[in-house]
Amino acid sequence: MTSTETHKDARIRRTRVAAAIATLAVVVGALATVPWLVSDYGLSLMVNVMSYLVLTIAWALFSGTTQLVSLATSAFFGIGMYTVAMLIKVLPLYATFGVAIGVGAAVALVVGVLTLRIAGMFFVIFGFGLSEMIRELTVWWEINQTHTMGRYVFVDFDTTMIYEHLLGLAVLVFLTGWLLRRSRLGLALLVIGEDETVARQVGINVPFAKVTIFIVSAMFMTLTGALMAPRFGFINPNFAFNPLVSFQVVIMAFLGGLQQLWGPVLGVIPLIILSEQLQTEFPFWYSVFLGLVFMVIVYFLPRGVTGLLEDVWAALGRPLELPRGFAGPLLDAWAWLSRPISLPRGIAGAIEERWSKFMPRPTQRR
Amino acid sequence: MQMQLRQTVSAAVLAAFGTIAGWTANAADAPKTIRIGYAISLSGVNAQGAATTTLPGYDLWVKDVNDAGGIFVKEFGKKIPIEVVAKYDDTSSAENMLRLEEKLMSQDKVDFVLPPWSTGFNLAAAPIFAKYGYPDLAVTANSMDEEQLVKQFPTLFFFLNQPPHFGGALIEVLNKYKNAGQLNNKIAMLSVGDQFGAEMSAGFGAGLKASGYDIVLQKSYPLGAADLTNEIKEAKASGADTFIAASYPPDTFMLTGTAITQGYNPKVFYTAVGTAFAEYGGNFKDKAQGVMGIGGWDPSLPGAQDYFKRQLAVTGHAPDGWASPVTYASLQILQQAIEKAGTLDRKKVLDTIVNGGPWDTVVGKVDLKTHIRETQWGAGQWQNGQFVGVSPSSMPGAQPVIFPKPAW
Repeated sequence: MTSTETHKDARIRRTRVAAAIATLAVVVGALATVPWLVSDYGLSLMVNVMSYLVLTIAWALFSGTTQLVSLATSAFFGIGMYTVAMLIKVLPLYATFGVAIGVGAAVALVVGVLTLRIAGMFFVIFGFGLSEMIRELTVWWEINQTHTMGRYVFVDFDTTMIYEHLLGLAVLVFLTGWLLRRSRLGLALLVIGEDETVARQVGINVPFAKVTIFIVSAMFMTLTGALMAPRFGFINPNFAFNPLVSFQVVIMAFLGGLQQLWGPVLGVIPLIILSEQLQTEFPFWYSVFLGLVFMVIVYFLPRGVTGLLEDVWAALGRPLELPRGFAGPLLDAWAWLSRPISLPRGIAGAIEERWSKFMPRPTQRR
Repeated sequence: MQMQLRQTVSAAVLAAFGTIAGWTANAADAPKTIRIGYAISLSGVNAQGAATTTLPGYDLWVKDVNDAGGIFVKEFGKKIPIEVVAKYDDTSSAENMLRLEEKLMSQDKVDFVLPPWSTGFNLAAAPIFAKYGYPDLAVTANSMDEEQLVKQFPTLFFFLNQPPHFGGALIEVLNKYKNAGQLNNKIAMLSVGDQFGAEMSAGFGAGLKASGYDIVLQKSYPLGAADLTNEIKEAKASGADTFIAASYPPDTFMLTGTAITQGYNPKVFYTAVGTAFAEYGGNFKDKAQGVMGIGGWDPSLPGAQDYFKRQLAVTGHAPDGWASPVTYASLQILQQAIEKAGTLDRKKVLDTIVNGGPWDTVVGKVDLKTHIRETQWGAGQWQNGQFVGVSPSSMPGAQPVIFPKPAW
């Protein structure tokens, strides 16, 4: 590799970074003015989008790199929310946020050390169980110790404040992801995701890397839950530890695609708009729809909607193979359905492919 | 010629003004419909409860009002029908419920919003109803903090009393037979492991001890327990004449079924939520005779029997003997308050709900001056195929208690 090429690469990299920062600044500035532009309902929709955006990017920080599907999102979201609910009468609001992050990190540390050695499938089930277990423990505690259930969080922290804080948190989680991709830890996690045995062989401290990123991801989820507490006003463990949150985050991340940091954006927004339509226009069908979307993504859209359209276009250009008879297409379909499933790359995957044709990437140096 | 043109133009302008004035006048005319909306759990864990207690009442009320031509609103001088313009599914998620309530009030701008289902959802929705000034007739909610909450949220109304009321009503019955020497002072008490069980067993326990009862068995079981045979066996072995369960519908049915198969026949058999369901009577038939439960109803009230038959015929759901008729009654109050206020102005309707009572409903006269329905049944009993109110005995229409409960 000659020095001129390196110099050119560095210039391209600098330009890309500057462009990215400028774009981000404009987008964030525009988003920050939203509360003064939309109705109350519009704002609460944006709060929903923003909270799921943070949760999904935070989820992708851990699951996107390590390839371990985590269903513990609702556990950390709930810890954040319920910590605020329990402490709001004795501590100022921001102090409860601080305690919540501490509790979330501590739980993530214990859980991470105990479970990140177990294989993928068991980890998925454990994450789901963790949320349910904490919910049951909280219920037990409230019944036997406080003889009540449900707490009030009435504080001077309105929807606009919640939105602006979530926006700040979204920027923070985005930057964290961006830095992670450029760090030794990020590289280590990618290697672990590809092949854990190889990672150990090359001397990566696998448990340390996994637990660290699990804690970072959990802290963002916990803070999101804490920020949402004043929105609810009345909180009981069933509100806080809602397993649906975990599933929605996974579906949103898969729909958007995990390869790009901004992939989740493309999963969160369409799904939230669609769920809103279902809840208002086609009540009853919400859960059925969520299940269908998941199946469609995993089976038919490994590269998102755009990928599907590309496949159809290519298929239309192919000559018909009539001699194989009517069974031919069925056999093809069967073979197609029986392909091994890989983690979906989502809409972002498709866009990334298009983008790479227009924008040169610096050559990888190893 | 010029003159004529000017006249034509003037006439045209005048005509245009006239038309606009006409439109404006039309706009001040009566609205075509009274627009109603609600967000409720149509899917998720709360869906069954909402479908049993709340939705049939909403459907029946809308049909009843519209069959009668609508609600008479004096400021428009005519009857205006109701239109349910929005029926949203909160998917049993509190966050979704809150957002949909905001949509109903800030975007759809419906005239009135009917409340969601469950205590938790109603308490969470109360600040939003108050913020937008919508009357909040929260039927399926009860709390130990009712008095403080209605002060904090001036549009909020409670229709179900606080837990000690229900304990007191049962203890009144027990005392009568204990003092007559017909009932021993031993109590076997089970409770479901959640908020309801915790608050009820605490409220019942304090009252029972104060009246000199000895709780010889006190046990809680998890929500969704699949088998309660051991609990019933322990109750049977405890020697208590009185069996109390602070239970939820699935366990209410299971405890009763298990007591029948185990041949457990205490003199007083009391289960909580679900006992008043029509399905309870349908399921246990003659064996339900003498079983006591939470809530109660006076079927002899004017309109009550008729309401029962109509709800079954129109919605296919028989009402229960507790919260279903109260749901319908809350809507009767809304309807009468609109008529009495003579306007769709929510502030005036709200004032009328508070000060215009007592209101005639299928659960008797209801007064909401304190924002809390004070007079109500605490305990009921299955008597000849109906779940009727028996306590407090001061309630008009209180039936004499069947004691002891006949053997299964």
